[in-house]
Formats: sequence, C-alpha cells, structure tokens
Amino acid sequence: MYDLKSIYRASSVTDAIEALQQDPQAVVICGGSDVLIRIREGKLSDRPLVSIHGLPELSQIYLEPEGELVIGPAVPFAQVTRHPLIQRLVPALGEAVDQAGGPQLRNVGTIGGNICNGATSADSASTLLTLNAVVELTSPEGMRRVPLEEFYRGPGRVDLHPAELCTAIRIARKDYEGFYGHYIKYAQRNAMDIATLGCAVHVKLNQEKTAVEQLRLAFGVAAPTPIRCRETERLAAGLPLDRELLNLVGRTAVTEVNPRTSWRASREFRLQLVRELSQRALTEAARRAGGVLDA
Amino acid sequence: MLELIQMEVNGKPVELAIDPRESLLDTLRNRLGLTSVKRGCEVGECGACTVLVDGHAVDSCIYLTVWAAGKRILTTEGLLGPNGELSPIQQAFVEEAAVQCGFCTPGLIMTAVEIVGTGRRYTRQELRKLISGHLCRCTGYQNILNAMERIVEEAYRAVQNGDVHCEIFPK
Amino acid sequence: MGIGTSLNRVDAYEKVTGSARYTDDLRPPNCLVARVVRSTIANGLVKSFDLTKALQVPGVVKIVTCFDVPDIQYPTPGHPWSVETAHQDVSDRKLLNRRVRIYGDDIAAVVAEDEVAAARAARLIQVEYEEYPAITTVEQAMAPGATPIHQEKPDNVLAHTSFRQGNASFQQAATQPGLRLVEGTYETQTVQHCHIEEPVSWAYQEKGRIVVVTSTQIPHIVRRVIGQALGIPWGKIRVIKPYIGGGFGNKQEVLYEPLNAFLTLQVGGRPVKLELSREETFAFTRVRHAIRFDLRTAVTPEGELVARKCVAHSNQGGYASHGHAIVANAVNGYRHLYRARDALELDAYTVYTNLSSGGAMRGYGIPQVDFAMESHMDDIAYALGIDPVELRLKNCMQPGYVDPGTGITCHSSGLVECMERGKQAISWEEKRRSYAHQTGPVRRGVGMAIFSYKTGVYPISLETASARLILNQDGSCQLQMGATEIGQGADTVFTQMAAQTIGVPEELVQIVSFQDTDTAPFDTGAYASRQTYVSGMAVRKTAEVFRGRLLEYAAWMLRRPQEGLDIREGRVTDLEGKHLLSLEELAMNAFYSLERSVHITAEETYHCKQNTFAFGACFAEVEVDIPVGKVQVLNIINVHDSGILINPKLAEAQVHGGMSMGLGYALSEQLQFDKNARPLNNNFLDYKLPTALDTPELQVEFVQTHDPTGPYGNKALGEPPAIPPAPAIRNAVLHATGVAVNSLPLNPQKLVEQFLAAGLIQEGGAGHV
Repeated sequence: MYDLKSIYRASSVTDAIEALQQDPQAVVICGGSDVLIRIREGKLSDRPLVSIHGLPELSQIYLEPEGELVIGPAVPFAQVTRHPLIQRLVPALGEAVDQAGGPQLRNVGTIGGNICNGATSADSASTLLTLNAVVELTSPEGMRRVPLEEFYRGPGRVDLHPAELCTAIRIARKDYEGFYGHYIKYAQRNAMDIATLGCAVHVKLNQEKTAVEQLRLAFGVAAPTPIRCRETERLAAGLPLDRELLNLVGRTAVTEVNPRTSWRASREFRLQLVRELSQRALTEAARRAGGVLDA
Repeated sequence: MLELIQMEVNGKPVELAIDPRESLLDTLRNRLGLTSVKRGCEVGECGACTVLVDGHAVDSCIYLTVWAAGKRILTTEGLLGPNGELSPIQQAFVEEAAVQCGFCTPGLIMTAVEIVGTGRRYTRQELRKLISGHLCRCTGYQNILNAMERIVEEAYRAVQNGDVHCEIFPK
Repeated sequence: MGIGTSLNRVDAYEKVTGSARYTDDLRPPNCLVARVVRSTIANGLVKSFDLTKALQVPGVVKIVTCFDVPDIQYPTPGHPWSVETAHQDVSDRKLLNRRVRIYGDDIAAVVAEDEVAAARAARLIQVEYEEYPAITTVEQAMAPGATPIHQEKPDNVLAHTSFRQGNASFQQAATQPGLRLVEGTYETQTVQHCHIEEPVSWAYQEKGRIVVVTSTQIPHIVRRVIGQALGIPWGKIRVIKPYIGGGFGNKQEVLYEPLNAFLTLQVGGRPVKLELSREETFAFTRVRHAIRFDLRTAVTPEGELVARKCVAHSNQGGYASHGHAIVANAVNGYRHLYRARDALELDAYTVYTNLSSGGAMRGYGIPQVDFAMESHMDDIAYALGIDPVELRLKNCMQPGYVDPGTGITCHSSGLVECMERGKQAISWEEKRRSYAHQTGPVRRGVGMAIFSYKTGVYPISLETASARLILNQDGSCQLQMGATEIGQGADTVFTQMAAQTIGVPEELVQIVSFQDTDTAPFDTGAYASRQTYVSGMAVRKTAEVFRGRLLEYAAWMLRRPQEGLDIREGRVTDLEGKHLLSLEELAMNAFYSLERSVHITAEETYHCKQNTFAFGACFAEVEVDIPVGKVQVLNIINVHDSGILINPKLAEAQVHGGMSMGLGYALSEQLQFDKNARPLNNNFLDYKLPTALDTPELQVEFVQTHDPTGPYGNKALGEPPAIPPAPAIRNAVLHATGVAVNSLPLNPQKLVEQFLAAGLIQEGGAGHV
C-alpha cells in the first residue's frame, strides 16, 4: 500500500491542469513506474496525486498534415516500439525505448514520464535529442513549445511550470526524413538496467552514401542532463566515411561531455565508453543509411 | 476512505471496495486471495507479481488498483481448467523441470501466456528478451526457456492449423 | 520409478498453479505489521530515542526499542547446537542492539495496523547517537587503535586458526634449489543470496506458547534460537515452515524470527507479521563474505607442487553469524584439492567490520577459495608454460586421500573424468591453440577450474536426521521429514528414496511438505548439501524398518515365513514376484483386524559419522570486447561427480541454478558500500543479478560414481555447481587477453582499467591496438 494522500483520476488534460492548479502539492502520475517508487522511498509520501494514466488525449501517435510526428506522452514504451509510424519514420527511437527496463515495465512506463523526470539516463532522451524533438507543454496560461535540449535544466530538473503538463513530443519532418539512427545502451546487464552510458546517433549521408551530410550525436549519463555534441557534429559534416572520421568523432566527443564519477562508474570509464560507442553508433547508423564504414 | 471499483478478474466480474492507496498486488492478494501473485521487490524489478492487464504483462506491485477499474485481470489462478487441469503452459513448466522454489513461477507463467497469445514463433534469443523482466535465482532460466520454446512452438503450430480455440490460448 | 529416474517434482502442480502456500500466503487477515527501525550510522551507540511524534501516527500499536529487550546475547547461525561450550556459536547480538555495529542495525521496532503507519512512524523516530568511525576493511579493523566492534574481541579479530603440514616450514621447502615461486593476492567481493521471496515471518501466541510461521531452511534450529534469544524454554516455541521461495543459505540463519516472537508478546499475543523489504534483505540479513587470499606456491619446473601457503582474511561484517566456520572451510578446501609435497601452511583470520554480516551462502567459503586457488593454478601454469589441465592432473586429490585435518576420506572420485569430459565438450586443445596469438579489439579464450566439496558437516559438527513413515488404510504412506524442501527438490528425491526402499511406486508415498516442529521429526535442515546424504540415510533406514514391519504383518496374515516375502511395485509377493497380497488389503487388516490391529509406522534417527567428497569442473569459452570491457560467455559447461543421481533431471536443474549464480559472481554481482559502511546498491536495479538476457546456454554433464558411504551411492550436489564458474571465466579471460584479473567480479570498469594498464587500449588513440 502506498503512502499517498489521495488520487484524482483526471478525465482530460484540462481537468488534470485544473486539479494541479487547485493543489500546488499535487504530483502528476502517469505510468507509475517512477512516481510510485519515489513514494515508497519516502521521497513523495503523503501527497495528493493527479493521475493521467492512460488518458486517451495523451496516448496517440500520429502525423500532422505537414509531416510532423506527434507522440503522446502517456504512450507506454512498448506501444512506441510497436507503432507503425515509429517503425517507419524513427525506428531508432522505438529500439531505444525497447531497451528500458524489462517487458513489464515497458508496458506501463511512458515516454513522457521518461522525459519529465529529468533523468540523464533516460533511454528515450538521447535519441529524441538527435531528432531535435520539441516538448509541447500545456498550462492554465496556454500552450508553449520547448526544444527538448532546452527542456532539461539540470539533474532531475526540467522546465515544467506549476500546473503544467507535457502534452506532446513533436518531431518535425525535416528532422527525421533522410536520417538514419542507432542507439547503444551501455549497461552492466542486457535488461532491467540503468544506462552506464547511452549513445544516440542520427546521420544523413550524401547522395553517393560516401560522406556525412549531417551528423547528430547525443549522450545520456555523460553530463548532468542528456546532451548533444555540437562541435563533433560540426566537424563531421561533409567528411567522408572512413576511419579518420571515426577517430575524429571519438576524439572530439570526449571533449564535449562531462561525466561524473559515482559508485556506478568512474568518469574515466565513461569517457572511454564515449570514445568507443560514438564510433560504433555512427558506424551502425551509417550502415543503415546505406553507407559503408569499414572500421 | 474505501472506494468501490469494478473489474474482471480471471473471467469473472468483480465489484469490491478498495483503499485507493492499494497496489493491484495488494488487492489481488489481500482482498481476493489470489496468492499466486508474489511480492519480491515492490518496485517492478523482479517480476514475481506479474499479472495480465487487458492481455499485457505488468508488475502489479507498481500498478495502482484504481487504474484497473473496467479492465480484465488474469492471474495464474485463472488458467486452470474446470476440473483443475493444467494449461499446456503449466504442463510444460512441470515437465521441463522449469520450477524449483516456485516463487517466480506464477509470474513467468503469466508472461508466457502473453507471449503464447501472439501465436508467433520466437527464437530462443527473443524469448530471453521477453522473459528478461523476471528474476529467477534457482534455474539459470535454462529450463524455463525450454518450457517456453516448447509451448511457443505448440501455439504456433496450432495457429498454423487454424486452431485458435486450442486450449493453449487462455479464454 | 525409483532411484535414477526423472520423476516430475512432487510439488510441481502446486507451484505452477500458484496454490503452493508460502509464509505470507497463510497470514491471517487481522495481522499487525512490524517494521524494524534501523540505525543511520554504522558504528556507535544509541544514546536516546524521541518517540513522541512516532507514537502519534494513527495506527501505531507499539514501539519497542533496544532499551526494552531482554539483556540476552544469542547466536544466529543455523548450526547444530553443541553441548560443549567451547564449540558453541558466538552469541554477539540482542533482539535490538544499543551498540550499533552495522549501518541499518536493528535498534527499535514499530508494530502498527498497516505498513503505511509503520513506515511513517519509523521515519518519525528520532535517535541520538554516539558515533565512532566506520570500519569497512579488514586492514582498518586490525589497525592499532581501531574501535573494538565487540567488547569481547578488543582487536576485532573474531578468530584466527592455523594449520601446518609437512616436515619443513614453507620457507624452508620453498627455498630448495630449482623451484619456481609463484605468488598472488586474490580477492572476492560481497554478494547476496537474492532468493526471490524476502525473509518473512508472522507470530502469535496460542495456549501460552509462541507460534512462528516462517520462511526458513532450518525450522528446528529457529525454534532453539528463539528460545535462547527470549530466555524461555524451547518447548514453548512452535515453528512452522511452509513452502519457501529460495534460501541459498540466507535462511540457514535465524534472522528476524526471535524479534517477531518477542513482538507478539508485546501486543498480547496478537499475530504480528515481520517482512523485510528487498533493500533490507540485501544489506541487513546476511551476505557472502568478501575474503582476501594471499597465496604462495613453490613448484618444480615440471609442475609438482612442493610447498603451498595460504593466508586468508575474511571480512565478517558486524556480527559473527557463521563466523570463522566459513573461512576455516575455505582454507580446508585449499588443503583438500591439491597435495603439497613438502610443506603446507594455512592461516585464516575472521575480522569484524561494520559492513553487512557475512553468513552461510551456497558453497560456504569454497566459491571464494576456489576463485583464488584456481586462478592461482592458472597463474602457475602460465608461469611454467604448462597446460592448466595437465598441472591439475599432476596434483589433484586421488581416491583414498584422507584429510589430515578432519579424517574425511575420498571414497570415490570422478574428478579426472570430469576434466576429460569438459575438455572434450569445449574443444580444449584446439581452442587453446587457435586462440593463443590473437590481436584486435575482440578476442576469445577458454579457461577451466575444478573443485572438491565435502558432503555435510561431519566431523566439524553433529550430523543427525530423523524420518517417519505412517501407513494409510489404502496402502499408501506418509513420509514426514525434518529435512526441508527449499526449491532444490528434496521432497521429490526423498519420495523416490522411500519408494525405492519400501518397494512401492512413488504415488504411494505422500511427503509432508511443511515442517511443524511440534510434529516433524528432528532434523537440522537444508544446508551443507547434506540432505540427500544424511537425511537420505534416515529415509533409507526408516523405510527399511517400515518395510520390515509391513512384511512382518503380511507374514502373519498369510501365515508364511517372512523371509519368503517381498514388496514389489506396491504389492506383497513371493521371492519370484508372484502376487500374494495388495498393500491395501494389508493396511485394512492392520487397521481394522479384530484379531491383530497394528498401526504400522516407523521412525528412525540416523546419526551420520561419515563424509565424502563430491567433485566437478567447469570449462568456459569467452569473447572479450576489450575497448568496452565486456565479457560474453559463449560456451560454459559444468561436469559434476555427485555420485549416483537420484533424479537426473532435477540434478541438472540444480546445476543450472548454481552455474547462473557462479556467472553472476564472476561478472557482475557485488554489494557495494561507501566509506561510512552505508550500502549503495541494495536493490535489484543496482545489484546486477543476471537476467535471462545475461545468461548463456548452460551445459551440464555428470560422471556418476557410486559412493559407498551415500545411502544410494549419492553425495553432495546442492552447492557445488556455484563453485567453479568464476575461476573458469577468469582463466578464460586470461587466455583471451593475457590479463590476469585477481579480484571479483570481472565487471566492465575493472576490465577497462586493467586493459588500459596492460596497453590493450590506447587512450585517445585508435581505440585499440
């Protein structure tokens, strides 16, 4: 039994926002796989909850007329992975969230919750960063859109105002079309684990499939928040697919990250992973893009 | 304090008063006596409390009962035939010696039900991934995988033969 | 039917249907809930409590603190009691402790109407401490001036034992001309059992006695220890053991049953449940000891071991529990497996620290020493340029060996054949050659390790077991055991044993799966891989007497001499197998005959005064991804000599589980603490128990010897499978990379650090060379 004060099951986004507005103590709960655990730890005990669990408005994945992909934040990981639009347009995202926890967790844990708890280890985050995802936020003041990169404010902190709800994750057509991606979750186990390091790449090749047109590289657990490596991306643009490119990517990426030493892993170890996995992820993404990167 | 909810449990409609603070694990064990649902970690890391909610395996320890309102819940107790006959999945677990202390067993069987319900064929590696949300300290998963492989194959054949009402698939 | 057949488990139906009742499944609905209040320091003294706020929480029934418990120190390990004071277990804790010795020590307890109230109250209790520096390592504990953790042991050394053998000292023997000296320090980590059912019990009073229903491997010992801890007669305690969700040694320990018994007394005998969380289970029950081994070996160039020295330091944690018995068993294992031509020196220290208390865990010190010893053997083989298998064949235990320390004799050995079978299965010769000179970031290797393991605890401790058989009217019988089913399949193999000896099919033997100390025969319980050997002998002895009584009655009924009768397939026959009488006819007469009514039962005690060695080998093939420090086990096989197998399929399943535990020990598991002795990863997310995706295919083979001392030719099997995988994998990584990793686990960060140091990874360069 959980130490919670009350639970209000919101019937709509508007209803949820009203409920949040009425009680500043209220905590939003969606899949529950994060909030319930924090309640049990005593970190969120005796609080009123506003549940948006399975709210239909927030549980859709669809395309806007101009091709923008919209992912409802309450969609569980397993449904993200299985969804035809995800598989067709951003398969790397489906693969990334398919590595979170285990099968039962992926049936309840949601992509919105994964982002909104602000964890640097979130398995969806680095891939979403490489897709230039935008977070749609709704509050009593109305709706605003924030690039995911700016949404992260620090470890466990995101740009959510009081009584504000994440209502969509949006990926513009130009940010997925022509891009091929790959996510490597590096953890001690192959399931039920938290990433020691997460590395996501999306790459667009030139027409001949011999050189990088655009590279996007992001990491989880390499800094207090998930981060993009802009300098590496800038240097890689236009370079031919070869060993030198890989060396450059690995070498530059380590200068852009700032992992910390914790009992889980040392900074040095994480840097080695950044160096190695950035190369491996790019190699695989380029292969998917039709290029050959014979490392 | 208590709240009345309705759900379907093991094929039967149930209406009962619950404390909104209850997890589905609490409700199934304490109010309905469905003690096949085991508590091993309370945070969704061991899989011992796995049940099916509308056909999907979830850790009932991190699933609030209020969310189950109007949903179909299936536990291991719901698999038995009218005269106590084992389902083919349970039979496979018995015959492949996939059971030792038995504490993770009901949860794994529920995941097996979800897997088998797809009627698809899976490689052993895919099955490893599909059961990776269950921790077992006794078996090294070897005989569990043997049981899974056997039952998945049987289910696949049943589907190929058009026998979707076959007893492998829970009602 | 009978011994050697793969009967399905007798409890399989209950377990796959979820109808098997475990402790919490039997809890009455009105049960109160207890929660232990834990210290937030690791070393110090409780000065006072402020319970004001906690007592105001609605639903709180009672709070007791360390100032309220009996002033009695008691022991917790599941050892047979000793009537000699000198051999009794160390009594070094009270029900709740004012002297705090671990982070999270039991200092108070809340009893409440539900778990939310109990948790809220526990959080609101304020404690004032006197704090001492936390001691996490053996070195800190043994340093001059270190705070004594127990006043009885001012130097923090719980025990130190030595053993010397040979006509020379190690120093003299090792300095003989022409010898190579190989030295190494090997360290094992703290790991936890991770049974999926957490420790749980519930207790109430009935007729002036205390009844405790608990998840334990050792119900009769739990009863004794509750009596000792509360200072009440043992007959006033009744312990009931239902099905249990794994134990692996952690429940060969009296954990919270005494406190639970005490708490029901505090609330007028109302039922009180005490269930630990996973976090508590990890850090505040028992763990496998971390042990450091300093090994030195002098060896001839041909590979004969001349002088061997082993110094072991075991990190005990805050309380003695099984204490020195574990590292003593470890160094005994060091002595057993290989001979030393001229000199053997063993020293073992057990040292108190403020970490989680070490206790029994599958293998009882042998997984630790086997990692050290078998890693060292490969280091010797490497130094001499000899094949590791050859080195072992030259020096390993031979049949007829008698241990000079204990007198334990090698009555049967399939060790050499285990090695041969393992070599074949892994293609040893071919792969040792083909993997010898690899380059590149991903490399493969093969490695192996062997072990010996004694069966039961004789002659270190008492070995005794009883069984009871009771005839039913239909010719079937109940088998009642004090020995416990904990998942290993004991009930199934006892059923097979009884059926075989009586001469009936297994369906006619109904084993009672719960132990109730009021009615179950005495047995010390499931540990030391003893039950098929010791309790099995009690089954055999009882079944023989039972069979004799059936035949005696049959002889009377049939008016034929007993010597001319037999029981075959559940019927009384003549010696040619001709049917004479069904057991049902016999039983109905025995119950209801107006002329001669006899209720046929048998109960026998077997006092075991023998022991024997089981053996085995593990062969592993690995692929090492050097730049990211990942080891993938491509192939792994355990080959065991556990004597005759009672149930081959269950035996194989036991080996799977042990191998999996060994793989976790080798590669990922480690309970970590910070410098204040606070546990860091006491949950299933951060403690890396292998999932199905982390576990390779597990191959198993058996070499079935017939051990003359086993009841059916059988010997230890339960624990051994967990022993050899870790050193085999370590040796395979050595073969693949040339890097000798001397501490467990071989986790990625450690490997990357060592590969960097060895120059296998170049920082900032091309990633690898």
